[in-house]
Amino acid sequence: MTTHLPPAAAIAHSLEAKDLALGYPDRRIIDGLSVNIPSGRITAIVGPNACGKSTLLRGLSRLLAPSGGDVLLDGRSIHSIPTRDVATVISLLPQTPQAPDGISVADLVGRGRYPHQGWFRKWTTADDLIVDEAMVATGVRELAGRSIDELSGGQRQRAWIAMALAQRTNILLLDEPTTYLDITHQIDVLDLLVDVNTDAGTTVVMVLHDLNLACRYADHLIVMRDGAIVAEGAPAGVVTPELVRAVFDLDCLVLPDAVSGTPTVVPIGRHHRPAGTAQPEA
Amino acid sequence: MAGLSILLVLLATGALLLGKASLSPGEVLGTLIGQGTPMAGFVIGELRLPRILTAVVVGACLGVSGSVFQSTLRNALASPDIIGITASASVVGVLSIVTFGLSGFTLSLVVIGGALVAATTMYLLAWRNGMSAYRLVLVGIGVAAICSGVVSYVLSRSDIQDAQAALVWVTGSLNNSTWKALVPVTVCAVVIMVLVGIFTRPVHTLELGDDTAAGLGVPVERTRLAIIASGVALAAVAVSIAGPLAFVALASGQVARRLLGTGNAGIAVSGFVGAALLLASDLIAQFALPTTSFPTGVVTGLVGAPFLIWLLVRSSRTGTGS
Repeated sequence: MTTHLPPAAAIAHSLEAKDLALGYPDRRIIDGLSVNIPSGRITAIVGPNACGKSTLLRGLSRLLAPSGGDVLLDGRSIHSIPTRDVATVISLLPQTPQAPDGISVADLVGRGRYPHQGWFRKWTTADDLIVDEAMVATGVRELAGRSIDELSGGQRQRAWIAMALAQRTNILLLDEPTTYLDITHQIDVLDLLVDVNTDAGTTVVMVLHDLNLACRYADHLIVMRDGAIVAEGAPAGVVTPELVRAVFDLDCLVLPDAVSGTPTVVPIGRHHRPAGTAQPEA
Repeated sequence: MAGLSILLVLLATGALLLGKASLSPGEVLGTLIGQGTPMAGFVIGELRLPRILTAVVVGACLGVSGSVFQSTLRNALASPDIIGITASASVVGVLSIVTFGLSGFTLSLVVIGGALVAATTMYLLAWRNGMSAYRLVLVGIGVAAICSGVVSYVLSRSDIQDAQAALVWVTGSLNNSTWKALVPVTVCAVVIMVLVGIFTRPVHTLELGDDTAAGLGVPVERTRLAIIASGVALAAVAVSIAGPLAFVALASGQVARRLLGTGNAGIAVSGFVGAALLLASDLIAQFALPTTSFPTGVVTGLVGAPFLIWLLVRSSRTGTGS
């Protein structure tokens, strides 16, 4: 699948968190976290359940107001920028987006144009073109007239990504975009995100559950536990058996992926031993 | 939209022609262009025309209000007549009119204010670590029951002799339609509808869920507050002149949704549907039986109740009710 999207924006925008604290006053989920999102790259945030990875993504997307520190978009506090202006730079695909009953794919994708329209600026042919391109890029144009609830999980997710693409932002944030998808559609969605990244230079930040897919598809990994970043960097430099044990409490081997050469985590478990060893490395 | 406008014009024409005083189409037309007899002038100008316009304005208010609630709360059951908004507005209305003798703009504004206070109270009652539309419906049903009790009490203590006048506040009726009452209601309705019009696009974006809407740059809480307040005010305005007419608000948005055949709630279309629905119901109420005429609310109730049951069955079957 190839995309025909011209660069969404000529300028690359920067996104960073400084000393960020998120959560409630009595129960901080993230406290004093600083991170710089590499522009024009694909970043995956990984970690065990409840480590705060979705919270961090929501914080970065200004959905959560920080209780301390700040999120900076191009060096400015994201909460000081009008929310509609932020929406022209950052798009967000939540984990379980909901569509109104019976909405068509084209209508849904068109909603992505919201931040580009004002009280007086109405729908134009340029909007039509952008929506069309977003549907072509995600391979849902043949489904344009279909209702969202008739689609398969993979098609639906591609339609949602098309909506985010129609927003024409330089930064795309996704919260577990592959959940509920079978392996074929997981790969399909991740390939699509690589297309978007290479064709339009879009910065992609996603929360992923699957460590191996994260290693394969991300240029940059952010590994979290208990609301803090334990390690970050290129997957090959970051993912080691020691790190996996420290973060996931899991004994494993790390082998090169036979296809991409990126690290693959092979869990050991209580009932198996790696060939040639008597004991798991404990 | 064009089809609905034609339907509306047809219904209004029918309503102009029908009535106890039988006037020929020629006489009606003559009166409308100012050349009728004084008797025809009175029947058309003071009885039929204000009643038709009241039905259109009230129906549009209820249709828009229902559609606003349903799409903002993402639940077909969350319409102002089910969650107790119209019921509490009618308590304020009956107290204002029967006990304090208010009328005109004062009446409209007092009923709007009272309904907003009631809506805030219900919202707080239904709030428990977040808002669920289903809990709001349950609280609303309770509030509606209390309200109808209060209305009956106020009516029984008052010296209203005319059962028709009392029925306005129990079931809703268009019998009170006069120019004097219609003007302030129309002015309020137009102002609020302009506000709703401004918020239409962000509201349609809210249908995608709070997170997606916020990601698209919609100020979620502010938008929801403004649009719900407008919906409450519209329902209150309608109640202040016509009482708690059942089911018009509930049905209009749903009918509009099916007419449009898209996920778009079509707030404006719901207004047209509401106006047509109420006008048709009023015609049935007045002329279905040759001897008696019902209060309009009885007809909207009779038509609406099966629709409500169908919605309930459908929502519990598809699991969208929770």
